[in-house]
Amino acid sequence: MFARRRLNRWWIVAAVVLLAAAIVLGAMIGPAGGISAANWDIIWNIRLPRVVLAGVVGAMLSLAGAGYQGVFRNPLVDPYLLGAAAGAGLGATLVFAYGRTATSGWPVDPLPLAAFVGALAAVLVTYLVGASFGGSGLSLVLAGVAVAALGTALQQYLLLRHSDVIKEVYSWISGRVSTATWDDVKLVSPYVLLATVVLLLHRRQLDVLRVGDEEAMTLGSEVRRIRLIVVIAATLGTAAVVSVSGLIGFVGIMVPHLVRLVAGSSYRVVLPLSILVGASFLILADIPGRMIEHGGETPIGVVTALVGAPMFIFVLRSRRVPA
Amino acid sequence: MSSLGFECVNVLYGNREAVYALDEQVKPGEWLCLIGPNGAGKSSVLRAVAGLVKYRGIITVDGTPIDMRSPKRRAAMVAYVPQSPLMPDDMTGAEYVLLGRNPYVGYFGTETKHDRALVEDVLERLDLREFGTRRLGTLSGGERQRLVIARAIAQESPILLLDEPTSALDIGHQQQALELVDRLRREHGLTVVSAMHDLTLAGLYADRLSLLHQGHVVASGSAAHVLRPDILSEFYGVSVSVHHQDDGTVVVVPKRGRS
Repeated sequence: MFARRRLNRWWIVAAVVLLAAAIVLGAMIGPAGGISAANWDIIWNIRLPRVVLAGVVGAMLSLAGAGYQGVFRNPLVDPYLLGAAAGAGLGATLVFAYGRTATSGWPVDPLPLAAFVGALAAVLVTYLVGASFGGSGLSLVLAGVAVAALGTALQQYLLLRHSDVIKEVYSWISGRVSTATWDDVKLVSPYVLLATVVLLLHRRQLDVLRVGDEEAMTLGSEVRRIRLIVVIAATLGTAAVVSVSGLIGFVGIMVPHLVRLVAGSSYRVVLPLSILVGASFLILADIPGRMIEHGGETPIGVVTALVGAPMFIFVLRSRRVPA
Repeated sequence: MSSLGFECVNVLYGNREAVYALDEQVKPGEWLCLIGPNGAGKSSVLRAVAGLVKYRGIITVDGTPIDMRSPKRRAAMVAYVPQSPLMPDDMTGAEYVLLGRNPYVGYFGTETKHDRALVEDVLERLDLREFGTRRLGTLSGGERQRLVIARAIAQESPILLLDEPTSALDIGHQQQALELVDRLRREHGLTVVSAMHDLTLAGLYADRLSLLHQGHVVASGSAAHVLRPDILSEFYGVSVSVHHQDDGTVVVVPKRGRS
């Protein structure tokens, strides 16, 4: 009767194989050629950090997207729902517009810090505003819309005042892992690890929430507390990866949805599979960017949408969408 | 078996009071049916017990105020079947019924073998075994309703609240669902409080009826006592004839107005 659990294990195995293949491919392909002893420095210092960072970012955005979708019971929600992207974008724009010269002597790069703080601050404001008019899932989403609009408007105003940095800001917003170093990986890992553990621990709770806030309450779940914890964890992880990779879109919606289409909607499968598939997807999406243009690389955020959107439409067409 | 008590309970929706000063004692193992026109406060009473709306006054289970318990302990005392449950299309019947075990699973825990065995047993006894592996989206209204009741039974709560359990069902499935509740009530010693629109069915299955009107209980007692043409006319604004069968069944039939 509960036999689907065994089936789910096979999906996990398949996803692990996919991830391993993606990592090998990501390490092999690049302008300097395949894996060889002469290339080892390039692979270890340039390609691998990039592969690992793409994997970490893809896994985190997908997992956070799945978590957000669970607590808001809406499959079309992404981890930027409550204003994280707008906040990070505003923070980064502030640094590009005012901070580059002022902070040139600083021991740490202020850019990731500003994006990280901006994302967290925006979601905090959303939560406070949403709580002030009820604190239900819907009021939070509406508050998120308002906060995101406000953040984006401020950012656009800044950009018009400082049009010299538009190109840099847009390059950052498009997202990239091409400049990744092992330091970037080390920087985000603690947050991503913490967020991942917390989110995975809530997989059963998210399944209970699938019957709606009210029924989950009558089944003994403390819905608001669960929503708050999941949002905090997902936002922390999202803010961390966004701070080093920029705003890579589409992954957070698409990957959990893809997972649901093939393996069902139980969060006990969706969460772990989103990690594996999300990592594989972003590692693979980073590869064509290295080859499309030889002069400058195509931003990974552009590739995810260019490759991901048609693939997504194809899968949607071939399978019925579960509610 | 558990008793359910209301002491001067007022239910508030914003500034509007949906239920006024409700005093009621539901005895262990009793089936109380709340009747009354739309908006009379039937659902509000059930939702107050389930912890979904704020109320003033005291609601007790076995003499202990229910809001002193944690949400989990409350769920272990009271199972609630909403009027239109949200049933995810691609969840299987067994997964759905397993949600009833939520009050007994730790925050970070997962269901034990015991929980799974209990769910299989509930499905077996309710003759729902074949739906255990079926997805909810492929089931009919009657099948889904039985699974919701199965979930409430898996919750092992001594008190069962049913909000319009038959409103979406045809006459055959209405009977099937109510027979099932009645059987489970006897087997498990459940105390049942339901809200129902069909007066004849309400009188047929419940031990006692309480008629609510604008938040007040205006009549309470046996079917023969409450289902009287003059009372129904006053509070429903309806013209009915009431027939008493030899077996004690009270049948309420609407009368056609002169056109």
